[in-house]
Amino acid sequence: MNALISSALFGVFLMFVGLFVKNKQSIKYFAMAGAIIAFGFNLLDFANVGEVLYGMIEVSRFSVVFNAVAIGATFLYFLLCGSSFAKVGEHVADYFALTFFILSGITLASTFSNLLMLFLAIEIISIPQYILAGADKRNQKSNEASLKYFLMGSFSTGILLMGIALIYGASGSFNLAEIGLGTSELHPLALCGILLMAFALSFKVSAAPFHFWTPDVYDGSPTVFTAYMATVVKAGSFIAFARLFHTAFAGGTISQHWALIIAIITALTLLVGNITAVFQQSVKRMLAYSSIAQAGFMLFAIVAMNQAATEGIVLYAAAYSVASIGIFAVLLKLQDYTFDGFNGLAKSHPLLAFVTTVFLLSLAGIPLTAGFFAKYFVLSAAVQQGGLLWLVILAVLCAAISVYYYFRVITAMYFKAGTPQVAEVSGGFKAALVLAVIVVIVLGVYPNALFCWL
Amino acid sequence: MLTVLLILIPLVAGLISFGLKGSGARALALIASIATLAVGIGAWCQFRLQGAESLQFTAARIPQLGSQFNVGLDGMGLMLCLLTTISFPLIFITIYSRQYEQQNAFYGLMLLSQAGLIGVFTAYDALLFYVFWELALIPVYFLCSMWGGEKRIAVTFKFFLYTFIGSLLMLVGLIYIYNQTHSFEWSVFTSLSMGQDEQSWLFWLFFVAFAIKMPVFPFHTWQPDTYEQSPTPVTMVLSGIMVKMGLFGVVRWLLPVLPQGAYMWSEVVMVLSIIGIIYASCIAMLQQDIKKLIAYSSIAHIGLMAAAIFANNEQSLRGVQVQMFNHGINIIGLWIIVEIIQQRLNIKNLNEMGGIASVAPRMAIFLVIISLANIALPLTNGFIGEFLMFSGLFQYNVWFAAVAGLGIILSAIYTLNMIQKVIFGEANSLTNTFTDLKAGETFSLSVIVAIILVLGVYPKPMLELVSQTTAWLDKVI
Repeated sequence: MNALISSALFGVFLMFVGLFVKNKQSIKYFAMAGAIIAFGFNLLDFANVGEVLYGMIEVSRFSVVFNAVAIGATFLYFLLCGSSFAKVGEHVADYFALTFFILSGITLASTFSNLLMLFLAIEIISIPQYILAGADKRNQKSNEASLKYFLMGSFSTGILLMGIALIYGASGSFNLAEIGLGTSELHPLALCGILLMAFALSFKVSAAPFHFWTPDVYDGSPTVFTAYMATVVKAGSFIAFARLFHTAFAGGTISQHWALIIAIITALTLLVGNITAVFQQSVKRMLAYSSIAQAGFMLFAIVAMNQAATEGIVLYAAAYSVASIGIFAVLLKLQDYTFDGFNGLAKSHPLLAFVTTVFLLSLAGIPLTAGFFAKYFVLSAAVQQGGLLWLVILAVLCAAISVYYYFRVITAMYFKAGTPQVAEVSGGFKAALVLAVIVVIVLGVYPNALFCWL
Repeated sequence: MLTVLLILIPLVAGLISFGLKGSGARALALIASIATLAVGIGAWCQFRLQGAESLQFTAARIPQLGSQFNVGLDGMGLMLCLLTTISFPLIFITIYSRQYEQQNAFYGLMLLSQAGLIGVFTAYDALLFYVFWELALIPVYFLCSMWGGEKRIAVTFKFFLYTFIGSLLMLVGLIYIYNQTHSFEWSVFTSLSMGQDEQSWLFWLFFVAFAIKMPVFPFHTWQPDTYEQSPTPVTMVLSGIMVKMGLFGVVRWLLPVLPQGAYMWSEVVMVLSIIGIIYASCIAMLQQDIKKLIAYSSIAHIGLMAAAIFANNEQSLRGVQVQMFNHGINIIGLWIIVEIIQQRLNIKNLNEMGGIASVAPRMAIFLVIISLANIALPLTNGFIGEFLMFSGLFQYNVWFAAVAGLGIILSAIYTLNMIQKVIFGEANSLTNTFTDLKAGETFSLSVIVAIILVLGVYPKPMLELVSQTTAWLDKVI
């Protein structure tokens, strides 16, 4: 609740800041202060757990923790990438404002208790992204990304709406608690509705076979915004997905109707994401496919409906967002986005190379990094669910494939000679990277640091 | 507490060493490894005086995970820890005069791998075991890729990928079992009794991970290239200690946890292992590259140990455990000699060597003794282990024992052939420049030869050490 209001207000506030403050660096500080304040307000919500606002929004411990992760990751994003906003275009304050609007959408996605709110959340998340994707106005690729994203996105939103309408037709309610599809035999309308919503949300989280927009959009958008779209935003869409399917479409025998479909989508996503990522020559594009691959792991949390899945998705969101934002931040400093652009980074910039290595190890799921426990929890949730062992084994084989493309970057940095062209790296930037590394390792050694709040 | 110290000293020293400049890292590594050895010997004394329980250490870590920081030492674990703690100082002494690029990172990674290895041998919690299992791998990956030979990147990557796939499959197995026990503790794992069908496929999830690490035929293809391309100190760690992780894993985590699965598949595994022995021995006979020759001989020896583990009787298991230690010592001795030759002459091809005995008699003697120990001649340390393993195999199946016995004969052929080509024959212009051992090298080799001879004549301490570790064996049979 508080997080939603404060992030939306800060969005508006930053739009006005742009009118009066011309110094781009100070706009960044305003945004960072905004993120901190929103974080604090969000924590106050622990006092309101259980509160339901007009049947529209419900505050739970889980949502507060997830919002904290999302806002924290956004703060880190501002800290690491905020200075690069100015390189994209003139309207820096607007970019920050749009980011805050996305954030408010995400906080809504974790708290909605009504299908209308779900729709609003998804739209609030999506629309600013269309703008950000096209922020680099003079770049054709950026324009293409924006248009492509907009067309595909509105199409999937349409499908989502249709799904909501069908559910309403079957149950007579928009309220998650009252939909109660599991009690009686499933209405055919409701089944179609569930399928349509599953497809629409799969599109939003870029799960195969609805992932085709992802590589082009992520590649075409300005890198600094890709960093946000591929991380926090994706985690936010996942929360909406999980929340919808674990509350409205759970209970009774209803999950039988969709579990297999989601499992197949998961398997496809894992295969497509990992195998295609292997063949990429650009690190940015590799990260786009890796985000599809990681989405495959996060989908586990939707297939499996238990405590471990809930814990897993929060941890996964945190681990994946922090590590990816870190890598994107380093990528932003490089001139050449191909794998060869990383050649020799360990010699010229040992710290950058080291932190990138930790982030990559985390994405690959090596122990003592947050990524390991994230993967551990989602896989363990699937094993607990039972009957999904084939998917788990497929997932670990895919994780082994992912090592190939993540380690290519490490190989380039450490074992190949070259002189990478790196923009100037400030001390504050380094400190922020080290902070991110500490977060990754703390969560990897002691994941309870996050779970104790749940 | 001593057990924790064993892990902590190399870990902390390794991390510190990254920050050091110049030769500081080298000195720190040597001191830390000797300190670890002292702690290891202290642990041995405590083990003899107060028993294994006194070395257990448990700290609550993540209650929701059912996992604890639970480390301890039984006879087998202690023996492998001793092997690790003895090997590292010897390696560091041997390479002390050698200059590596980015020394601080080299020694730091070496120490970290030591911490990971000791962690594997001491973990009594399955998740902790998995964590250490991976941690031992990461430093070695960097060591091989940064200081290895020309093809190092591709070769090391293959090695990493193989072991990573294996360990991920093991992780699935661990999660599956955890789902039934809700605890990762070793004692809980072993007291669980699962149905035969479950055990039958779970077995492979675990076994593939261990088989890749050992390596057992047909999972061995990463090994010869990796040994050849790695810098020799790292090869010592890999072949002397790291392959023991696989054997150790089977004895600690596979046999007691999935006894029926192991029983069902034992014949398959033994056939694979024996194929591996013969196959690797034949290739070793044809090798001209000394590093590859030793690598293949290692596959053959490990194959025998793998076969003996699955013979399911106490004698062979005891033999395997003793042999784990002795094989480690012997092969590290061989690698030290390879390292010395490489450093002096920079050649690996056997045909270019020869006549070293006349210029370096001291080294020649060491080489002969270590090689004889490697083919398990009586009065050397290798004998007792191989004897026990063969007698166990013989009880299981005479034919298996007979075919595996061929491996011994073949090993004599290629080892003696190697000795002949390296030290005897005509010295050529290159080998004439060879200088005999320096003080540090002499010291390391003397220690190894002393261990070989002492344990060859008096193997009782080792046998006593492992006498208690097979208490769970009744369940397997």
